[in-house]
Amino acid sequence: MTYILKPQLHHPKLPTNSLGYTRRDYEGSVSTLCAGCGHDSISAAIIQAVYELEILPHRIAKLSGIGCSSKTPDYFLGASHGFNTVHGRMPSVLTGANLANRELIYLGVSGDGDSASIGFGQFAHAIRRGVNMTYIVENNGVYGLTKGQFSATSDKGSKSKRGVVNHDSAIDLVSIALQLGATFVARSFSGDKAQLVPLIKAALSHKGAAFIDTISPCVQFNNHAGSTKSYDFVREHNEAVNRLDVIVGREAIDVDYAPGETIEVAQHDASILRLHKLADSYDPTDRVGAIAYLQSAQARGEIVTGLLYVDPEAEDLHDGLGTVETPLNALSDSELVPGVEALARINAVLR
Amino acid sequence: MPVTPRYNDFVVKFANVNGSGSASANGLFAKGVMRMGVPVAARNIFPSNIQGLPTWYEVRITEEGHLGRRGGVDLMVAMNPQTWDKDVAEIESGGFLFYDSTKPMPASAFREDISVIGVPLTAMCNAAYQVPRERQLFKNIIYVGALCALLGMEPEVFETLFAEQFKGRQRLIDANLAALQMGVDYVREHLEPLPLQVRRADRVGDRIYVEGNEAAALGAVYGGATVCAWYPITPSTSLAEAFTKYCQQLRTDPETGKARYAIVQAEDEIASIGMVVGAGWNGARAFTCTSGPGISLMTEFVGLSYFAEIPAVIFDVQRGGPSTGMPTRTQQADLLAAAYSSHGDTKHPLLFPADPGECFTMGALAFDLADRLQTTVFVMLDLDIGMNEWLVEPFQWDEKRQLDRGKVMTYEDLESGRDFGRYLDVDGDGIPYRTYPGAHPTRGAYFTRGTSRNPYARYSEEGAVYVDNMQRLLRKFETAKSLIPAPILKKAKGKAKDGVIYFGSSSAAMDEALAALAAQGLQLDGLRVRGFPFADAVYDFIAAHERVFVVEQNRDAQLKTLIVTEGGVDPARLTSVLHYDGTPITARFIAGEIAMLTATGQVEAAE
Repeated sequence: MTYILKPQLHHPKLPTNSLGYTRRDYEGSVSTLCAGCGHDSISAAIIQAVYELEILPHRIAKLSGIGCSSKTPDYFLGASHGFNTVHGRMPSVLTGANLANRELIYLGVSGDGDSASIGFGQFAHAIRRGVNMTYIVENNGVYGLTKGQFSATSDKGSKSKRGVVNHDSAIDLVSIALQLGATFVARSFSGDKAQLVPLIKAALSHKGAAFIDTISPCVQFNNHAGSTKSYDFVREHNEAVNRLDVIVGREAIDVDYAPGETIEVAQHDASILRLHKLADSYDPTDRVGAIAYLQSAQARGEIVTGLLYVDPEAEDLHDGLGTVETPLNALSDSELVPGVEALARINAVLR
Repeated sequence: MPVTPRYNDFVVKFANVNGSGSASANGLFAKGVMRMGVPVAARNIFPSNIQGLPTWYEVRITEEGHLGRRGGVDLMVAMNPQTWDKDVAEIESGGFLFYDSTKPMPASAFREDISVIGVPLTAMCNAAYQVPRERQLFKNIIYVGALCALLGMEPEVFETLFAEQFKGRQRLIDANLAALQMGVDYVREHLEPLPLQVRRADRVGDRIYVEGNEAAALGAVYGGATVCAWYPITPSTSLAEAFTKYCQQLRTDPETGKARYAIVQAEDEIASIGMVVGAGWNGARAFTCTSGPGISLMTEFVGLSYFAEIPAVIFDVQRGGPSTGMPTRTQQADLLAAAYSSHGDTKHPLLFPADPGECFTMGALAFDLADRLQTTVFVMLDLDIGMNEWLVEPFQWDEKRQLDRGKVMTYEDLESGRDFGRYLDVDGDGIPYRTYPGAHPTRGAYFTRGTSRNPYARYSEEGAVYVDNMQRLLRKFETAKSLIPAPILKKAKGKAKDGVIYFGSSSAAMDEALAALAAQGLQLDGLRVRGFPFADAVYDFIAAHERVFVVEQNRDAQLKTLIVTEGGVDPARLTSVLHYDGTPITARFIAGEIAMLTATGQVEAAE
């Protein structure tokens, strides 16, 4: 049950970050998802990422829609305000929240039903507006909470647990996000924490619409032979284009990686994304190239993961609207209410 | 035959083709009358179309200041051949028809009981102008000039209006003046003034002339709204546009030039209300504006706002429903859809502005109420108020007034160790305390959800916990009664055993109908309802009168339904007067219906 809180006690020697917080301080309630659910691994990766980024948990606002994935914000960052909105509509609520207070960090968590079916429109429009957010889709290709119906990301020809073959074409949210102008696009796998944690860190540091499609097998309804979102299938067909380190301003990290070409990308907030290229031809700052690469890999049946595209100079919705630096929810009465003299001038014009 | 002129009390109706530039000329005419100190009530009756379909503009010239529609037309300015027959038929017996006499019309096109005034507008235009667009636009100004002379108006008022409108663009001013003069001169040379005359008076005072949508938008600015998310829909679009205009003017940071507001044209009405709910959750005052179809789409979020207790404001500029209905016609037909919007047991506060003046005050008040009650507040305009300019008292604002943010626990409150339960009824008024996201590093965070939860915001499907919460929401709604503007009683001069309940844009016509009925010896007390939930005064009023009429602009008696449902009133105690053809209700209609129902005893039969 989601109302079960975890005990606060923890080992006195648990390591802390520079804020004095342990990893446990970033946890939430006990998960009610099925044992082995990929979504719980993603929650763990989010906790790890925020802990490592040394963000005060209350500076994050976590929002979700409806479905298994959308329940997860209860299971991480218990000291953050969370909002479990309505099905498919998290993007608009997050957009409004972001407009109200540009100083918080917005983390949207959604699923493939929530974002690719009922909420496909809102997903698209939040991305194309460049809302400053991290948008994670926990993509299992199935409706878990209603017990195993196909979702819009189920691959054509994939087989449900009951043996039904999916006839409809799949929506690839990564390709869509690239086309819509997302300024940070990544794909990862819930079972690959080493890849996922840095991606979440990089996305949280990114200014603009950051999208991470995270394949997250459903152990109950989509982890069988014939599924293209099963643990086995994804492990066998995963083609990672890069490995990522995120270096936040103050820390100096010695990276222990196999030699290979490395490129560094500096983001707005001074964080450095250090990318270790695995695929020679891959350039993560080339949107058109990324789309082409994805399509060709898809044709071969490979699932490309890693940081697929980033525009480090991205602007966000507030830049477009030209809003003041002070959060709109913190403006004083005198900044909001124009007063009697202004009203007298308006009256005069209306006579 | 010499007739005694009728001064300052008649109705002029313009029949035009949409997109012909007539709207600004007709508006000019109405303003000209007002500049002579005579009140007008003007209404656009327009199609859902940009160019080519019939459109009308009705100007009631009323020294008495009756701002509702009277009904009937004394002078028809028939500029649209498509609607000629219908327009001619609408003229009162003894009335006047003004038309473009360039092409001769057969006698059968007229009526014997009306007077016909022909001005060869097209011929005059063709002689004076070469460019087709000029011919079209100045034709409108020429007929304003002709009317000016026919109705005894002072041409100087139009000179002033041109000067204001075109501010220093002398060429335009001169061109318009020349066209106006052409009309004036033609009438002086060829025709006699009509027995309908505009005579200088001093009855306008310092009143302003403004649309309800614009007034509501300004109310939102004064009410501290910072986030507006909207989707274009007639007749609400001009509200968002006016908010944009006023924000640019009044909410730009003087030092940085940056915006102290955020306006997003969303992809649809669902996203609009979603953004409003997100912003409200995060402590900004937010609204959307829409009409009936948008209300239908927004219902799921309205339920979330109700149950998760998130402030939101919706301006519903009502139009003719159901479905796409009559998109450019007026109705008061969204009352039930708004009051009980969304699945499950829900109820929402509504405000009923009667004119643009109240659109401003209620537009601002709605944000205080939404924050105080932590729920969606609907401001129920309609097309008649929203998209027509009305003569109202100047906007007023109390310099000392502060925005009421409602019950918000701050960092200091949380730091002091005060117990925080998001859905805990601490004060017994059903309204819990809330925190803004990010308020405190370790206290005050909670998980907002549309699912059932306990007073400390933890998920719960326990029946008793759910029922407690639903009962608290009812207590909160009870609290709302004391915050909604009280109904206004309009006592009859003498003792009245009958009463009438009305609201919104019917009010002006109702006031006039009450006076007309009193003159016929039918005394009625009036009660103007200004919001929902209803104050006890509404039920006291019903109890205190033998017969009670309820006047509304919809088919199904939605206000009556609300009154009956919420107060346990015997439906037979209330007699409906319903007007729902999409045109604004008229004083004649209301007075006629009430007189007829009273005379035929239909009311008693109902009891």
